[in-house]
Amino acid sequence: MTVLQIIFYLFSSLAVFSALMVVISSNPVRGALFLVLTFFCMAGLWMLLHAEFLALTLVLVYVGAVMTLFLFVVMMLSVTRLNLREGFVRYLPISVLIVLSVTGLAIMVVGPQRFGLIQMPLPPATPADFSNTASLGLLLYTHYAFPFEIAAIVLLTAIVAAITLTHRQYPKKHKSQRVSQQIAVSPKDRMRLVNMPSEPKINSTRKGQ
Amino acid sequence: MTELWLVAAIIVKIIVVVVGLLLSVAYLTFFERKIIGYMQMRIGPNRVGPFGLGQPIADVVKLLLKEIIVPTASNRFLFIIAPMISLATALAGWAVIPFGKEAVLANINAGVLYSLSLSSLGVYGVLIAGWASNSKYALFGALRATAQSISYEIAMGFALVGVMMAAGSLNFQTIIQAQNGGIWHWYWLPLFPLFIVYWISGVAETNRAPFDVAEGETEIVAGFHVEYSGTAFALFFLAEYASMILISALISIMFLGGWLSPFQGIPLLESMFAGVPGVVWLFGKIAIFIFFYLWVRATFPRYRYDQIMRLGWKILIPVTLVWIVVISFAIQLKLAPWFV
Repeated sequence: MTVLQIIFYLFSSLAVFSALMVVISSNPVRGALFLVLTFFCMAGLWMLLHAEFLALTLVLVYVGAVMTLFLFVVMMLSVTRLNLREGFVRYLPISVLIVLSVTGLAIMVVGPQRFGLIQMPLPPATPADFSNTASLGLLLYTHYAFPFEIAAIVLLTAIVAAITLTHRQYPKKHKSQRVSQQIAVSPKDRMRLVNMPSEPKINSTRKGQ
Repeated sequence: MTELWLVAAIIVKIIVVVVGLLLSVAYLTFFERKIIGYMQMRIGPNRVGPFGLGQPIADVVKLLLKEIIVPTASNRFLFIIAPMISLATALAGWAVIPFGKEAVLANINAGVLYSLSLSSLGVYGVLIAGWASNSKYALFGALRATAQSISYEIAMGFALVGVMMAAGSLNFQTIIQAQNGGIWHWYWLPLFPLFIVYWISGVAETNRAPFDVAEGETEIVAGFHVEYSGTAFALFFLAEYASMILISALISIMFLGGWLSPFQGIPLLESMFAGVPGVVWLFGKIAIFIFFYLWVRATFPRYRYDQIMRLGWKILIPVTLVWIVVISFAIQLKLAPWFV
């Protein structure tokens, strides 16, 4: 076994284990953290495939941004020992059915007869100075330029929609900050300097002088 | 056998970098207290050893000897592992930093992406610490840190996009070589707005003043590390300072030409300083930014939370977006002397 194989089996077994834990852990925060671990292990596997751009972007986007937002929400939930096992027997038959059908579909679609070594031979060995980033960029901006642009427009629409949904007008009585007014404030608006005559000297009753 | 020697050489290099880094962190805390002391007309620590130089060592011994208290209601495993995550991500970022023409631990193609993704992983230490402590203030600190680092990572990433476009590479050595030719060829000049944006979001990313709402003493006691003591706290402390130095190193590499000499192209000075190794210039540039960190901390009061969000989303991100367009025009027009 070479070093690469050891690293591969380490990452892949950890990925499978943590993916399983995402599903069966009863605490949602733990589940989300196991999902983070799964992403991290997948990034390690992609790194072994010389796909360093994809691997690092997976860590940057999914682990660094998406999952932090996800955890942000999950942490706010108060999980007080819900009866999580309630209804286990009742839902068992249908869940077994779903698991079997999904597994069957997965085997049919990405099974060995479609993704075997004959249909998908090993890619040619890459030279030492091969840059995954450069080849990915070339492909994206030439061959797949239209799908890429369409994806960008779909994302832009989603952003606009999300902002419009949260940015609705509230009724008049709703209190909110007007940032422009806050910035335009000057010390004169908030502070009044008063000239007072100094107090007359008192030297009769004060102690400690 | 040669592979074994290679691994041994890498381990020795890692130890050199990490030990050097830990020593710098120890003395950074000392200089921070000294510099802020002088800025506030005080003397700062001067009791331990000559000029107080033994102070960091005394602090380390104190922190190591203190008891680690694990709260009863905490999540024990996550509570212990959170400071380790913080420190590990802060240290791992140093793997791709080039210290000289040949002196780099891992000269990888996607170095910029690597350091960006590791700095985005750093927030997990804070997040997990805040949640695992099972304390209200710790959770508040963690939530603030998360929201802040997500917002500023975008500005940071866009600022880096500008650098990548200008240099045409994600490799740190290529980026440095692209700035070759003297102080006016460095990227701080053509990418000036991005330089400022990166600097501000770097301060925010490391949770330093004036963006240190994650541990704002006046509001939420000590934020995410309120339940930590002893060595566990020391690890958070180390991580914060190590990432401060890392951010300073990244800025010096991407905007100030890394290990390039500042006297390039100046007739007399260039030959005078030709023998100085590049690492000296790099450390000098890092020291400037470290000093800025401390200066900013001594000068500005803490930002209000909603103002932090406003600055990040409504000012820094639009500035970077505009400047990326400007750079693409400059590159297309082959604007001399930077984009030839």
